[in-house]
Amino acid sequence: MKSLDRKLLRDLWSLKTQVVSIALVIACGIGGFIGSISTYSSLLWSRGDYYDTARFAHVFATAKRAPQSLAAKIHAIAGVAEVETRVVRDSQLSLPGVTPPMIARLIGFDFAHPPGMNRLTLKSGRWPAPGAKGEVLVNQRFLEARSLKLGAQMNVLLNGKLERLALVGTVLTPEYIYATRGGGMPDDEWFAVLWIDAQALAAAFNMEGTFNSVLLRLQRGTSPEATVEALDRLLEPYGGFGAVGREDQVSHKILSQEINQQRIFGTVLPAIFLLVAAFILNVVLHRQVNAQRGEIAALKALGYEDRAIAWHYLKFASVIVLLGVAIGVWLGWWLGNAMTGLYTDFFHFPEFHYRLEPWLLLASAGAALAAAFGGALAAIRGVVRLRAAEALRPSAPAEFRPLMIERLGYAGLLTPAQRMIMRNLERKPLRAATTVAGIAGSVAILIAGTFWSDAIEWFMDVQFNMVQRAQVTVGFAEPVSRDARWELERLPGVKQVEVTRAIPVRLRAGHRSYRTAINGLADDATLLRILDAELREATPAPGGVLLTTRLAERLGVAPGDEVVAELLEGKRIKAPLRVSGTVRELAGMNAWMRLEDLNRFAREGAMVSGAGLLVDRAQESALLERLKQMPAAAVVIVNRTLVDTFRETSAKNVLFFTAILSAFAATIAVGVVYNNARIQLAERAWELASLRVLGFTRGEVSVLLLGELALEIAAAIPLGFAAGYGLAALLLALMPHEMIEFPLVISRATYLYAGAVVVAAGVVSALIVRNRIDNLDMVGVLKTRE
Amino acid sequence: MSETVFQARALTKVYRMGEAEVHALRGVDLEIHAGEFIVLLGPSGSGKSTLLNILGGLDTPTTGDVRFLEHQLTGADEAELTRYRREHVGFVFQFYNLIPSLTVRENVELVTDIAAAPMRADEALAWVGLGERLDHFPSQLSGGEQQRVAIARAIAKRPQVLLCDEPTGALDYETGKLVLEVIAKTNAELGTTAMVITHNAAISGMADRVLRLGNGRIVGEEKPARKLTPAEISW
Repeated sequence: MKSLDRKLLRDLWSLKTQVVSIALVIACGIGGFIGSISTYSSLLWSRGDYYDTARFAHVFATAKRAPQSLAAKIHAIAGVAEVETRVVRDSQLSLPGVTPPMIARLIGFDFAHPPGMNRLTLKSGRWPAPGAKGEVLVNQRFLEARSLKLGAQMNVLLNGKLERLALVGTVLTPEYIYATRGGGMPDDEWFAVLWIDAQALAAAFNMEGTFNSVLLRLQRGTSPEATVEALDRLLEPYGGFGAVGREDQVSHKILSQEINQQRIFGTVLPAIFLLVAAFILNVVLHRQVNAQRGEIAALKALGYEDRAIAWHYLKFASVIVLLGVAIGVWLGWWLGNAMTGLYTDFFHFPEFHYRLEPWLLLASAGAALAAAFGGALAAIRGVVRLRAAEALRPSAPAEFRPLMIERLGYAGLLTPAQRMIMRNLERKPLRAATTVAGIAGSVAILIAGTFWSDAIEWFMDVQFNMVQRAQVTVGFAEPVSRDARWELERLPGVKQVEVTRAIPVRLRAGHRSYRTAINGLADDATLLRILDAELREATPAPGGVLLTTRLAERLGVAPGDEVVAELLEGKRIKAPLRVSGTVRELAGMNAWMRLEDLNRFAREGAMVSGAGLLVDRAQESALLERLKQMPAAAVVIVNRTLVDTFRETSAKNVLFFTAILSAFAATIAVGVVYNNARIQLAERAWELASLRVLGFTRGEVSVLLLGELALEIAAAIPLGFAAGYGLAALLLALMPHEMIEFPLVISRATYLYAGAVVVAAGVVSALIVRNRIDNLDMVGVLKTRE
Repeated sequence: MSETVFQARALTKVYRMGEAEVHALRGVDLEIHAGEFIVLLGPSGSGKSTLLNILGGLDTPTTGDVRFLEHQLTGADEAELTRYRREHVGFVFQFYNLIPSLTVRENVELVTDIAAAPMRADEALAWVGLGERLDHFPSQLSGGEQQRVAIARAIAKRPQVLLCDEPTGALDYETGKLVLEVIAKTNAELGTTAMVITHNAAISGMADRVLRLGNGRIVGEEKPARKLTPAEISW
């Protein structure tokens, strides 16, 4: 080993705590990056693999009732490889002991000849015997959410008759990875997917020889858009509700959003970590170079080239970076495994696939080295510039100036100790700024990582207390006369009824189109309101349609433009509608009209498709029991239950991320504060020891050093709050938000938490350094020149 | 005979330097009286600084016993030693040890702020001949000026003893003499007991007593017939 390398090792060893703390900051960046990106690609891979094995369909369509003979025509559409037709019905489901009604999606399935796409994976139990009546399979998620046992009995309303079904097995399907009726929220407790003998289902709903759901697989290279168009044309006479490609399939869409979030998290936050690491490395190297002026001069005097000396310090930086990368790769692998596992569990992928691609390792090591070298180079430039003779002379006493406030004549306001602190800060403003920026960075990361629960809470509060204010929502199987409200009002415990109308629609503007529903809202509606992100209420203007801003953007229309509305129900009116306005709603891709206007547009009388109820909680069970017996009330939702489910699922994920990010941010804070304190201590040991000699106590001396850090932390926290707000806004802007736009809401508790974590990190660092202050070598320091 | 300021019995000090044991003091007995001007002479490694540091409460002996007036220094804990230094001892060092971020006046105030009955800072500075430049920072002063600030800082608390370790070591001849004059004046006019470590035998002419150290022991003691003023000595 060359002697210069031996020096390298000894320098590293003598600075080991600092080396490790910087390496840990780098490791957090690398770990976060590798963890998130590998989770992202593993999930994409798992999903792709699952879709392939299960032969997930490419195009999905529903209709009211189409003859089986249409299947051949559908097959003839250019590019269609396979066609699968089936009967799918939603119906009320009840389980013993559960009062709020649940919905069962019944899917007709030929157990003797299983279809070639959307293949089921049997998780437990057995397949129902072909032709066996009353045996069903259920999606695994519902079984788990309800803690049901195989063999459990459930009652389902089959075309007006309550049938008893036995649960014989649980399955997974790519179609319902996310089981929701479309609201964008997981709904597992209240929404079951049941696979039942196809003939039995068809018979129960008088659908023999017909179908109402069709799945297509396309030949390679076929565009789903063209197929969707052709399929819509074929299904239109049979009450087609509009076909969608995979991109708009609900489960796939939500899944994609979740997966994409990983990518955003995985790139934005680690970038900050690397930046901070580069800062710290720069400061540490600067210090190292200054402390080793004499050695550098000696090396130069001995004939070492500038390049060799620069390389020596670059190697010093590289060792730290590589240590960080090594820890980071391990951390990333662990994190990626844990997160992929968490998601695989959450999504119920049948198989767990985790892989760490080599490019990720190279990219992260490259990014870390680049960031660190950027930080190190400035320090190294100083080494190279130093002339040997100059370096051999001891450096002159550091130059200080009176403070700004003293120059203004307020010198008396400060004690000498305060003056020392302030002048030190003023003398090295760049370093102070760097420290403040680093600490502020960790505050910001904490806020941006943990504000999600605030945003979710706020979102839920808005959605369930201000937008959907009904306690119970009823959806009718078919549109009914407006008079249905009188019937509902007579039910036990009903205090207020408000009817609504929703008509499935395909909106077109030029070549763009989107399938949604137009909601008709009574002028005096109070239980369902349209609120924008700032909670301003909007109402549809007479004769026009009001669109969620996201929907207007997707269609490329602005207020005043026209969209063509193709109603997918009733008389299937196809006519232009004027966009009267847009509204930045937090959830959904909605189109709103006045109830009267919508009914006139549909050329129907005073029809309604659903109602919102305010009820007396004491009589809620009685009401729900009655509703279960009303065949017309196909869907009954107790809004409170939605809130609970949503909270449970989001809480688990949010907690995990909060914990990880808090650990990361604390690492940064300790990295910054500790390194700074150590550098300060090294530079001022001489001065502080002199003070000790003069009779200053350990406490008084500590105040001088730690007071500066305390000031820096105090300055950094409010800055970090502002930066955290900005970072949270950036993350929100980058997040995919087609279904839900989370508001930028950060509670005081989140700010407090972020501040407290950083203060705690500061205190820990201070305690470590304090120990060194206590052991300052008073005797040794007096024998040497600074 | 005036009051005994320091009384040391059988002081030893052993350092561990890695594997090796260094015997810095091997049994030192000594008595110093109030108002005395003591010069400690001796080659490097003879134990002068160790002795001065122990007397100044910066270090503790391995064995032996040392008293300052009625205070027992041996066995005192860190806090007691800190208070001792704060109240009774003024230090002057070869490298001045000024705080670079504080001005001349503030460096002195650093001590007057924590002492019981100090001089005013400008008074102490006038005493060492630095009535001006009070608002300059150490980086703006010459070496001699810096050392005089250090002396002002040391005497501002009106210490009973002034301990100087090579106070002229880093200074040229003229400036060195100026600094010695200040120390002598402090000893003569304020009655502060002074102990000065030096390599420079010429300075011993100023002393009431010269203690020679060698190999961790006091190997000689002389009382010059006539105490010289700094102006009378040269080297």
